[in-house]
Amino acid sequence: MGFFLETLFGGLMAGMLYALIALGFVLIFKASGVFNFAQGAMVLFAALAMARFAEWWPRWLGFDSKLLANLLAFVTTMAVMVAVAWLIEKLVLGRLVNQDGITLLMATLGITYFLDGFGQTLFGSDIYKIDVGMPKDPLIVAEQTFEGGILLSQEDLIAALVAAALVALLALFFQKTSTGRALRAVADDHQAAQSIGIPLSRIWVIVWSVAGFVALVAGIIWGSKLGVQFSLSMVALKALPVVILGGLTSVPGAIVGGLLIGVGEKLSEVYLGPLLGGGIEIWFAYVLALLFLLVRPQGLFGEKIIDRV
Amino acid sequence: MLYRENGQFKTSYRADQQIFPIRQDRIAVGLLLAVAFVVVPGLAPEYTFRAILIPFLILSLAALGLNILVGYCGQISLGTGAFMAVGAYAAYNFHVRVEGLPLVVSLLLGGLCATGVGVLFGIPSLRIRGLYLAVATLAAQFFVDWAFLRIRWFTHDSASGSVSVSGLQVAGLPLETPAQKYYFCLITVLVFALLAKNLVRGAIGREWMAIRDMDVAAAVIGIRPVYAKLTAFAVSSFLVGVAGGLWGFIHLGAWEPAAFGIDRSFQLLFMVIIGGLGSIMGSFFGAAFIVVLPILLNQVPGWFGLPLSTATASHLESMIFGALIVFFLVVEPHGLARLWSTAKEKLRLWPFPH
Repeated sequence: MGFFLETLFGGLMAGMLYALIALGFVLIFKASGVFNFAQGAMVLFAALAMARFAEWWPRWLGFDSKLLANLLAFVTTMAVMVAVAWLIEKLVLGRLVNQDGITLLMATLGITYFLDGFGQTLFGSDIYKIDVGMPKDPLIVAEQTFEGGILLSQEDLIAALVAAALVALLALFFQKTSTGRALRAVADDHQAAQSIGIPLSRIWVIVWSVAGFVALVAGIIWGSKLGVQFSLSMVALKALPVVILGGLTSVPGAIVGGLLIGVGEKLSEVYLGPLLGGGIEIWFAYVLALLFLLVRPQGLFGEKIIDRV
Repeated sequence: MLYRENGQFKTSYRADQQIFPIRQDRIAVGLLLAVAFVVVPGLAPEYTFRAILIPFLILSLAALGLNILVGYCGQISLGTGAFMAVGAYAAYNFHVRVEGLPLVVSLLLGGLCATGVGVLFGIPSLRIRGLYLAVATLAAQFFVDWAFLRIRWFTHDSASGSVSVSGLQVAGLPLETPAQKYYFCLITVLVFALLAKNLVRGAIGREWMAIRDMDVAAAVIGIRPVYAKLTAFAVSSFLVGVAGGLWGFIHLGAWEPAAFGIDRSFQLLFMVIIGGLGSIMGSFFGAAFIVVLPILLNQVPGWFGLPLSTATASHLESMIFGALIVFFLVVEPHGLARLWSTAKEKLRLWPFPH
């Protein structure tokens, strides 16, 4: 029982991180109808920038404080992400307005490759560390209930808290600020929003910047857990089934989908894996999403778009 | 003044429906084939065969298959690598398990297995489209990668999914030297390209294009979406599967699942986008471009005295691919093939501008 719970919690924590990446997808899809394949590349790019700036700022300015270095790196990286968002809007999306979904998807695929190559040319392609001082020791809880207690990773706990805080923040931003209202208006109907004077291009830059911010947070958490390297962009591929499961247009859906996939993946690996030869984590999420698509194409909380043929 | 069609009159429907209706085109294609069959094998060094010509031909075939699905039928697929893998491993199983089965038959049976798997993963396309379908085909990619790595039966109990073939021969002729392999690939690709061209010109091709352009309208005028989509998946995966078999048997000789990973899927999609969506010719252009670009990137800076490290070259390569994808989608959605036909239009009127 203790082992089961441990696996369950492990899955929940991993799921929270998937959800964090999935959130980036959902934000962009909600506000622009673009299925942003490049979210994973943005996570890698942000994490690389963060790791390198945290290394470079102390060297350039000659100080020794880790906190200051991280803070400076965070601010610089955020500025870079905003610049990236602006460039993507100017060079790619602004020119592809009114194209169909497949074209936009392929365009973001192009952005993915460009960002991967560009990030690694700019920041190097070794394995880097992000050290924001997350505690590494595992936590042992409920020792008297179960034999040996349940092992919890403090890192994962903090990550989950950060993710939850981020979701709350985004919800507030969407509901309470006038920019948030404009974003929701654009999401509902581009043309109507434009006709009442909401500047579409500026909204898209904001959305992509917010997605860049989410990518940065996800990158920092994943990066300090696993190190920053190219495989990080593969982790982000996990977020695709998450959004399918949760529904493309739903923020809570991204969270629930992430948790479901995280838990399902860990449990299936532990209990089903040995029967099937192991390593089923690779496809479990995708096959789950595929089966789900057949039953409920709009996902758990997605809006139902009725144009089936 | 050479590229003129005046004086070329068509007096029958047959003549009007030729693949190359203009005489100059026919001559050019004939010359190209003559060069491919006679001149190239005599002149090309072995490296060119191994590194450029054979991969180019096989990847053209795979791109052709993918183009039928994405370019003609509008169903996006990110799982092409998986269908190539199915083709390769199925052909391997037939090759190893059935004594004395001719190579061509194994390859075709491999293609048929890929068709089966392709149709299976194409079924979701009946309920979902575009973005969602991309995820469904990614599922195929990850599942197939895993299956050939872990399920021992498929790989004849070899470790970590790596298999090899040797002593290939076709109709008693050995397939050993690069030139022999080149001829085999060339003939296969030509046969399938001709078949594909005729399919997309025919009734079924028109159904695919109708579904691509507007599926609701197509359904209204009596095109069955189920039939059209599934046949597109079937034909596409068959070609891709045969290409996979060729890639494994002829180009690599020994391979493991990583040879058909997700990168291969993306690479093929790029070929189709850069070459031209919905164009048979474009598949060849795209494949040529993507096979040759990395080699140029490795060589050209060296000639100017600025050798790039392997890592830099590969980053530069992915940047260029990414930028080109976006460029083509924005500026010329029909890819290199459209540039080619624009050039031909200009040539027809040359030297007059109108």
